[in-house]
Amino acid sequence: MLRLKRLKQFNPFNHVILAGVLMLTSFAHLPVAAEDLDQKGFDVAARNDRSDRGFGDSRVELEMVLKNAAGAESRRTLEISTLELPDESVGDKNLIVFFTPADIEGTALLSYAKILDPDDQWLYLPALKRVKRISSKNKSGPFVGSEYAFEDITGQELEKYEYTWLREEPCGELNCDVVERRPRYKDSGYTKQIGWVDQTVYQARKIEYYDRKGSLLKTQLFEDYKLYDDKFWRAHVWRMENHQTGKSTNLFYKDYKFNLGLKDGDFVTGALSRQR
Amino acid sequence: MAAIESKTKQLNKMDRFALQWAEFVIKNRVKTIFFAIVVFLIFAAGLMQIQTSHNYRVFFSDKNPDLLTFEKFEETYTKNDNFLFVFKPYSGTIDQPFVAQAIEEFTARAWTIPFAIRVDSITNFQHTYAIDDDLIVEDLIEDAANLSQAEIAKRVDIALNEPLLAGSLVALDRGASGINVTLQYPGKSLGELPEAIHFAHALVAEFEQSYPDLKIALTGISALNNAFFEATINDAKTLYGPMFLVLIVITWLIIRNISGVVATVLVITFATLAAMGFAGWAGITISPFSGSAPVVILTLAIVDSIHILITMVQRMRVGDDKIAAIKESMRVNFLAVSITSLTTIIGFLALNFSDAPPFNALGNIAAVGIAAAWFYSLTFLPALLALLPFNVQTYSDKSRGPLQEAINKLAEFVIARARATLVFVGLLFIGLASAIPTIDLNDQWVEYFDDRVEFRGDAKFAINHLTGLYILEYSVPAGEPGAISEPKYLQDLDDFAIWLREYSKVRHVYSYTDIIRRLSMNMNADDPAYYKIPEERELAAQYLLLYELSLPYGLDLNDRIDIDKSSTRVSVTLDEITTGETRRFLKDIDAWWNARSPGNEVYGTGATYLFSFISERNIQDMIGGNIVAVILISLIMIITLRSFSFGFLSLIPNIAPLIMTFGVWALLVGEVGMAAATVSATSLGIIVDNTVHILTKYQRAREELALSVEDAIRYTFDTVGAAVVANALILAFGFSVLMYSSFQITSDMGTLTALAIIIALIVDLLLLPALLMLRAQPKKRSSLC
Repeated sequence: MLRLKRLKQFNPFNHVILAGVLMLTSFAHLPVAAEDLDQKGFDVAARNDRSDRGFGDSRVELEMVLKNAAGAESRRTLEISTLELPDESVGDKNLIVFFTPADIEGTALLSYAKILDPDDQWLYLPALKRVKRISSKNKSGPFVGSEYAFEDITGQELEKYEYTWLREEPCGELNCDVVERRPRYKDSGYTKQIGWVDQTVYQARKIEYYDRKGSLLKTQLFEDYKLYDDKFWRAHVWRMENHQTGKSTNLFYKDYKFNLGLKDGDFVTGALSRQR
Repeated sequence: MAAIESKTKQLNKMDRFALQWAEFVIKNRVKTIFFAIVVFLIFAAGLMQIQTSHNYRVFFSDKNPDLLTFEKFEETYTKNDNFLFVFKPYSGTIDQPFVAQAIEEFTARAWTIPFAIRVDSITNFQHTYAIDDDLIVEDLIEDAANLSQAEIAKRVDIALNEPLLAGSLVALDRGASGINVTLQYPGKSLGELPEAIHFAHALVAEFEQSYPDLKIALTGISALNNAFFEATINDAKTLYGPMFLVLIVITWLIIRNISGVVATVLVITFATLAAMGFAGWAGITISPFSGSAPVVILTLAIVDSIHILITMVQRMRVGDDKIAAIKESMRVNFLAVSITSLTTIIGFLALNFSDAPPFNALGNIAAVGIAAAWFYSLTFLPALLALLPFNVQTYSDKSRGPLQEAINKLAEFVIARARATLVFVGLLFIGLASAIPTIDLNDQWVEYFDDRVEFRGDAKFAINHLTGLYILEYSVPAGEPGAISEPKYLQDLDDFAIWLREYSKVRHVYSYTDIIRRLSMNMNADDPAYYKIPEERELAAQYLLLYELSLPYGLDLNDRIDIDKSSTRVSVTLDEITTGETRRFLKDIDAWWNARSPGNEVYGTGATYLFSFISERNIQDMIGGNIVAVILISLIMIITLRSFSFGFLSLIPNIAPLIMTFGVWALLVGEVGMAAATVSATSLGIIVDNTVHILTKYQRAREELALSVEDAIRYTFDTVGAAVVANALILAFGFSVLMYSSFQITSDMGTLTALAIIIALIVDLLLLPALLMLRAQPKKRSSLC
């Protein structure tokens, strides 16, 4: 049955190879040990993570559009610069600069992602002309009032989670592995997330976030993927809907820039006041 | 003369119709019974569909402007449903480590309560402080198990210095602490609240077992909602059964015949269940107030049957056989039973003018029940009586018992002193009416429930030991996106909070300015001199950004600040306060803002706000309903009595008792809730019945028997006096059963209605004959119209 269903949904305009892979994987529906499923889940996540390996550095400008249950909207624009660190056990470095609203223009957030410890974060406040270090162990609160937690936007580090492969199923025109991941960081706001990663280019298509009582909290969709340098996929529209409050936040990314030659020295507190 | 003849003819026509009806029903008795049962079953099947409501908001229609404002507010900030758990050690303060440990553990577990989206407590409060250029944000109490009492006491000191906590989640005397859980129900099924409340109860039970030295009380809006549900169930359990038994006893005392009792019980059961079944089919949800419908219907339904049975027994006592007695009873009562049912139905349908859906529901269910009782009394009852054995001892004794003798004496008394009686009742009326303005409208929802409802005890516990439960919510707009960081706005807001705290009934004020003041201090190396509003907009905006970046999951400011940072929310927790005081306070707040910033769009809302206006709004709405009811009922009186002057005359004994009832209430109780809005229309429909009985008999005596005014009054008292008294006593008794409702609105409604019925009885027996005497005096006997 499962196989028939898959075949029916198969789009003939896709690669013929994909069909072959599909059929092979569907034959492999035998009972599997739990550890194997965990390993498979990890493999899917790792393949996704590694598809991105080696981009070096990037910079992108984006607009956040926040909506509340009453339909009121609010916008923010910001720029995220990222420096990839070669060591897999250490997270990337991010620098976020706010452009609008006007009263936070030039405010810059520097963060060093950690795997199991709280990220290191510094904020430059132009009105105060000072850099403040934020010492807080749980940063899963909404990022600038949006439906994204800081951890949802940056630092999707492989080692932050434990994984279990659940199933595979079509996602749009593609076929996806569905993987559950559980945060290893104890102060996370989530008990688990379920991610859909396509089997063609290994990119995340959808993530469901489950709260502390195990209920579905929000759903994130990744849309409008573009390929840079024939290697790096980036989604340009992120949609996040909170099912409990009816609020939503969409992120609209402009084009990414790669190989800007950013160095460690651009990601230090002293550099914060130089932004804009 | 010709007019009188034609009237008599018409009366006869009505009598003939009633007779034909009775004959038809008796002839086809088995078919009639079968048909009546089929109709009953069709209606009663709706009982399976019946739903009970779990929300205080059922008392506000979806067109209620206050409710719409509240919904807008909730969409802007967050839903307002919550549980407030109050933790209090049986002895000592919350500085004791086990208390902090219990609260910390409970806080973590509370996140798993179904539909919980936020948990706030003293332990997870996000305490901020500065070390050099570091902003430290951490839980105020962490790992309490490993802290000493002195260390915890230090943190409690911090909490008591924190305006966001002191007097809210931490008692000023350190005696208790609260955990507030915000809930967001998807609103997809009625099972959501029970699911959450069961979980919460189980959690409380578990913690009270693990920490036997702790008392934990459960309040909050969700607990309130559950109390409404609990009160409905409570009433169903405690009122319906005894009511039913007592009605059986009353019927037995009056009729003294097993068949008669069986037939009556079946009629009232059919009528009540059919009406409740109708509620199920029509999708009317049952709430505490409309839950009184079965009691109301049982009471009103029994009267029709008893009228028919009394006449039947009387006829059989003087020698009629059973069938002849049934026919005669039907002939005599058909019109009266129909008219009284119709006026009562009109009174109850008038409740549809009210804004509160439970009032509409009671009105519609009761109207269907009364119609059903009318239908069954005129079909099923005679058919069943014709079928069942029915034996009555014939009396040769002419004496009719002490009640009748007393009534006849009263008639002589009033005839002899008509003018004095009128003056006496008139003065009584004026005295009572003048007391009405002293009635205070009060709808404190904690007081809606009596001690049988667990919520009341817990609510009182919270109020006595921790904080208030009456919370006013204010949305204070700043005018444009981001403008909440403007120094002028923050200053206004801060002054507002300070001003609010000066009011004696305010126990706590939550204002964003307390956060921004603290951040300003933290950003300046914790220098207390900087515990103030930042002087520039950018500074305030960037402090806020910094703070937001540091908050953990679920403890964000989205419930306090709107999405584009153009308005913030101020929550004002009030002590026990009457709704009258609340309304005056709300006016003061409006005046304060109008003086401070004219043209502002500050608005208040919340459950407490909604209930502050519920009585006024419903009374205003019901004024229209009362006018319509009075007009329709007067029209029916005019048509039935075929006389304008009788119709208008009947207005006096119909309306005066209502006014006198509120007068008595003003003197004895002085305070009333939204029940007040409903009572006049429904009572009017009920008390009209006795006026109908008295005036039709009087008219019959004058016209058919051509008696003098005095003799006609004697005749009237002699024939219907006892029935009128019995009628009023049964009805008053039935409604007074509602006094034992655990829901105050229902109990007030029952008491007021019973009072109105008794006062109406007195007025009918004293004032009405006196009025008839005086009306006839200046004129000739024959000029009736």
